[in-house]
Amino acid sequence: MSERLTKSAARNIFYGGTIFFLVVFLGLTLHSHIYIKTVSTDESKLSPSVVAGKHIWERHSCINCHTLLGEGAYYAPELGNVWVRYGGEDDPEGARDTLKAWMAVQPTGIEGRRQMPQFNLTDPELDQLIDFLEWTSKIDTQNWPPNEAG
Amino acid sequence: MKYQSQKVALYYMYGALTLFAAQVLFGVLAGTVYVFPNLLSEILPFNIIRMIHTNALIVWLLMGYFGAAYYLLPEECETEIYSPKLAIIQFWLFMVAAGAAVVGYLFGIHEGREFLEQPLIIKVGIVIVALMFLFNATMTLLKGRKTAISNVLMVALWLVALLFLFAFYNPSNLALDKMYWWYVVHLWVEGVWELIMASILAFLMIKMTGVDREVIEKWLYVMVSLSLFTGILGTGHHYYWIGTPGYWQWIGNVFSTLEVVPFFAMVVFCFYMVWKGGRDHPNKAALLWSLGCSVMAFFGAGVWGFMHTLSAVNYYTHGTQITAAHGHLAFYGAYVMLNLAIFTYALPYLRRREPFNQQLNMWGFWITTSAMAFMTFTLTFAGVVQTHLQRVLGMGYMEVQDQVALFYWMRLGSGVAVLIGVVLVVWSLVVIPRRVPLAGQTRVVARPAE
Repeated sequence: MSERLTKSAARNIFYGGTIFFLVVFLGLTLHSHIYIKTVSTDESKLSPSVVAGKHIWERHSCINCHTLLGEGAYYAPELGNVWVRYGGEDDPEGARDTLKAWMAVQPTGIEGRRQMPQFNLTDPELDQLIDFLEWTSKIDTQNWPPNEAG
Repeated sequence: MKYQSQKVALYYMYGALTLFAAQVLFGVLAGTVYVFPNLLSEILPFNIIRMIHTNALIVWLLMGYFGAAYYLLPEECETEIYSPKLAIIQFWLFMVAAGAAVVGYLFGIHEGREFLEQPLIIKVGIVIVALMFLFNATMTLLKGRKTAISNVLMVALWLVALLFLFAFYNPSNLALDKMYWWYVVHLWVEGVWELIMASILAFLMIKMTGVDREVIEKWLYVMVSLSLFTGILGTGHHYYWIGTPGYWQWIGNVFSTLEVVPFFAMVVFCFYMVWKGGRDHPNKAALLWSLGCSVMAFFGAGVWGFMHTLSAVNYYTHGTQITAAHGHLAFYGAYVMLNLAIFTYALPYLRRREPFNQQLNMWGFWITTSAMAFMTFTLTFAGVVQTHLQRVLGMGYMEVQDQVALFYWMRLGSGVAVLIGVVLVVWSLVVIPRRVPLAGQTRVVARPAE
């Protein structure tokens, strides 16, 4: 490595540069924070039921089989757009009933098919979870996923 | 080993190897469930198996870093550890917390954000463990010689702890939740963990090649600069599709592409130092792991990361088996191999052991590493097929999974091979060989370079 770069110069570049990039990153995060709250998500619809649904989602660690907006495990379908996939935009009641019916028959026990556990959610809990998934499907994700398959 | 207090590193290295074994066992189990989906489905569902697989990995890597730090700091700072007793208490607290978390997971006691599933009390325990470590290590650093290696390592470990605090912040707004979740996940593995990696590799190069400290430490600062200058804004590649603004696509494309550079620099660094040093260090296995670490990190984190980091590509590959392929080789190459490098280097000194069963260790290296590479290939093929069928043609998720079933069989095969390799590595590190060394067999008796 060049003799002109001394160790203390390299050190100063490291600390100075890191602080610079951190400040830029924090600034952009702040802007993104505001953007999320005001543009890409609808906080007015972030009802207690949606929040409760998020906690149900977390309590049962759904993320360790499914993906949500592409993040999670890759063992079960994407659920960020499950509301859309089940036709919730055109027929909310129908989608809700189908999702509940789906959850109710798990695990299917079919040989050779991946099994989803039975979480024994009550009807209000199912509604909250579905409210959360519906809310999530309305986040502006730059048009991801590419299609309904998720 | 020059300092008595370095011995505390033994606790951490053995503890880490125990959790490593658990991680790999649960990995093989998860791979088995992929091909026999009815297996254990009611007693131990897949989400719990995976939780234990990933959590055991993260905890053993951290435990390995603590061990590495306790081994390396006395030699770097030329002084004993501030309080060896505190280090031992810290170890047991960490080990008990990790064990309690795993047992809790088996009974369905967990939180629900990926990798941060530890119940609140365990998270608090982790913070206490981190504070005990930071106090002990910082006091050691303050009373001794301050080198670039020890400074960078301590800056990194402080940042690891600070960033972990974001694990306590869980906003109700999912998009915000995800944005700050990456503060822990990305800024750890693609940020400050790279500093740990570079500083430990630098330490190993000083010890094993005998190249002048001035040269190595200058390289160290250049490598860690490259890591953070690219890695901090490289977070953008996680902010493409989660509700964050569109400009992250530009930032993510540019900076995460550049994230390959520090990994390439580490390859050049390690090979150049070994060539330049021209020293014949007796611990060939430790050298193999060190060089192997830089190479596999470059492929796993660098090349496999770049493969799907551009937003135009990631739009189709995001959250498919491509991600799984990258995740496996990146963690193995960068952080698993880093830990095994420092363990392989340090354990013979810590145990005052000669001979050290290097042949077995190197067999373990080649078997584990090739099996991990094969696993990555199978998942990559699965991911390419999945991306095309699901994301381009719009075929349903479960239908596509049936189409890639063959790759999951091959992945299970490579997983079993990994397990065999890991058994060899752990055996070579933990079990004392009974044979006396044959004439001509390498003996680890040489003094460190300084």
